[in-house]
Amino acid sequence: MKFEHRQLSSGLTLIAESNPAAHSVAAGYFVRTGSRDETPAVSGVSHFLEHMAFKGDERYSADDINRIFDEIGARYNASTSEEITMYYAAVLPEYLERTLELLTTLMQPSLRQDDFDMEKNVILEEISMYDDQPSFTCYDNAMATHFCSHPLEQSILGTNESITALTSQQMRDYHRQHYHTGNITLVVTGNFELETLLNAAEKYCSRIPQGEPRRVLPQLQPEKRIRLVTKEDAHQQHIMQMGCAPAGDDPLRYPAELLSVIVGDDSGSRLFWEIVDPGYAEACDLGFSEYDGVGAWMSYLCCEPETAAENLERCRRVLEEVISDGVTAEELEQARNKVAARVVLRGERPMGRLSSLGGNWVYRNEYRSVAQDLQIIRSITADQIHDVLRQFPIRMNTTVGVGPLAELTVN
Amino acid sequence: MTAESESFQLSSGVTVVFESMPHTESAAISVLLPAGVVREAAGRNGTSSILTEMLPRGAAGMSSRELCAALDNLGLQRHLSNSSAHLTFSGATTADRLLHAVPLIANMIRSPHLEETDFLASRDLVAQSLMSVEDEPRQQLSRMLRKCAYPAPWGNPSDGEAEDLPAITLDGIRDHHQRFVTPRETIIGIAGNLELTAVRDALERAFGDWSGEELPEVICGDVVPSPCHVHHKSAQTQIGVAWHSVPVSSPRYYDAWAAVSLLSGGMSSRLFTEVREKRGLCYAISASLSCLKDEARVMACAGTTPERAQETLDVMVAEILRLHEDITEEELQRCRARARSSLIMQQESTSSRASSLARDMYLLNRIVSLDQIHEHIRNVTLDSVREFILDHPPQDMALVTIGPAALDPATTRQAAS
Repeated sequence: MKFEHRQLSSGLTLIAESNPAAHSVAAGYFVRTGSRDETPAVSGVSHFLEHMAFKGDERYSADDINRIFDEIGARYNASTSEEITMYYAAVLPEYLERTLELLTTLMQPSLRQDDFDMEKNVILEEISMYDDQPSFTCYDNAMATHFCSHPLEQSILGTNESITALTSQQMRDYHRQHYHTGNITLVVTGNFELETLLNAAEKYCSRIPQGEPRRVLPQLQPEKRIRLVTKEDAHQQHIMQMGCAPAGDDPLRYPAELLSVIVGDDSGSRLFWEIVDPGYAEACDLGFSEYDGVGAWMSYLCCEPETAAENLERCRRVLEEVISDGVTAEELEQARNKVAARVVLRGERPMGRLSSLGGNWVYRNEYRSVAQDLQIIRSITADQIHDVLRQFPIRMNTTVGVGPLAELTVN
Repeated sequence: MTAESESFQLSSGVTVVFESMPHTESAAISVLLPAGVVREAAGRNGTSSILTEMLPRGAAGMSSRELCAALDNLGLQRHLSNSSAHLTFSGATTADRLLHAVPLIANMIRSPHLEETDFLASRDLVAQSLMSVEDEPRQQLSRMLRKCAYPAPWGNPSDGEAEDLPAITLDGIRDHHQRFVTPRETIIGIAGNLELTAVRDALERAFGDWSGEELPEVICGDVVPSPCHVHHKSAQTQIGVAWHSVPVSSPRYYDAWAAVSLLSGGMSSRLFTEVREKRGLCYAISASLSCLKDEARVMACAGTTPERAQETLDVMVAEILRLHEDITEEELQRCRARARSSLIMQQESTSSRASSLARDMYLLNRIVSLDQIHEHIRNVTLDSVREFILDHPPQDMALVTIGPAALDPATTRQAAS
């Protein structure tokens, strides 16, 4: 494994980790923009723009983009989160140059009006599709409630109303403000020759305009809030709770990650043994989400509506016990072993490596090899876990329910 | 170009397929146990799903928690699932630790505790997950489409039927385990940075002295008649159609594969282009080839808002019916390119290799090397695909819709005439 960090002549940052044993190479543009960077007037534009990127430019039509990616047998797609829009492809090594050309085309789309009008229908259908998934509705409402008045409250997809009202001019303006070298990083992992990569990157990636990042990072003032979205015909009740956790640049994020595995992994965790194993709830887990400048604990419970209140109370008791007594040495060792194996398995494929490599760079400007990641995981101590519990006790201030319940008491 | 796989039998009759992947750091195992849904007693759909839930809850001398801790400490990422034919255990960890997990996996499979408390909890969990499926029309669609596409018990849902659950007892679960979790038709796929001798020894020690009875034949019943509409107050209407194709063992399988790939292999394929890109009718649309050992179906699904659902169905079916028309060499070449790259990338993942090895052995009773698959794919021609589609036209299409209103099935009936 060899790491390279270059600034291309256009100012674009390129990071690359080579692995000659891999059979493929993965490349991706990480654009530091997402729903948190939108104003309410253009809610959903980052995600809609991600779709429009595949409609091509003057040289390549939408059909061309799909056709050429398929011709080279690429596994390619894009995703939009609250903070990052990512465009990626995994290909056989001989197609790296072609892939960089296509991915760069996606960064500079023409945003034609007829394509915009047609794709708007697809976006509205995607919104409807997620409307039919209660766990997604729960997530969207939990984020909006927990991050009320903070940029992270914005929905990734937007709403039927915001998307219907959005114009192609608003999208062009948004694109100009956010798609520049200050926000874009090119990440490449897997089997490649450095010289070929650098030449291709200079040749194709210099078209991206220069710019400076300007995301605002306000603090969150958490308040106790409960919100219920009632669906009378539903059978199961979905509940998410959120509380404050370490931010993406906080060194406590590593112990926080292990703590969430001990307390709330989907099997073998405290919540699992207390709530899922006895059959009280179909799912009950706890995750740790890191963002730019803030972090969140997020628990998810799915159970019969009539047992929701007692399950929430069970969940609260589990968390209070951890806050007061900490974790055992055995639990910590088990979590280290679990997470270490995940890192190794995920890192084996270029496509799996791409997101950790890119995420680390975009959030923290740092590179860590798989070996370094493993070393950090192995070195986490019970004291560090204790620090997390002291500074960010897992107490939830936000509760959101989706399902039959119209009322819910939370202690 | 690619590694050779080897297959051998343990003394108990378990079939093992192994592939050495010396460039990886991990190793993976996939165990196919012949205890799937088709083995359930009539009116007890859910037995296999409950057993799947119960297997990790303690085995041999270890409690549920001890077993879980031991596997976690070996870093074993694991998953138990069930399908029509199998109850499947799959696991992966670093190569130096996989074989240490084998005795624990064998205990879980051969000597699970299967106790009353765990039975009640497991049955409750299966019941709850079925309730969740009722709330999600997309998941409901795949259950219903399968029922309308395959005769029972092959079409029975792997997660069970809510109305059957109360009649399932712990004795029924124990009986299912005793009769069908048996070595005769068990297949183990194992791949990674391991040596053949060590693999053989570890598996022989864990599974070599295992015995069990012959499996009875599966008696086939009927398909659920379609068109079938399930009313749901959902934002979208989910549409599914299915028709006959040929299984992996057929000499024409690769033509069948290419036909589905033309329809839905990538974003330049026909369904995505015509339904989503040109008309903006939906977000999700796909078709895939579902293979049992002796039968196969193509299943195509789309979700769209009710006012556009009829047009979506009509355009989908029209594309399916004209699939044999105007196939170009470029179109076919894209299918080959996608297959080539996905086969090569499979060699980067011990988990996907282990499960493919086991699955191929089940479907074909032999090993197929990646080189042989490459060869088959190169041999597919415009004429061979076109002839295949004409010889296997999409007749007798099953149609399932879930949403606020039923659709006019006329286009799918045209297909039958």
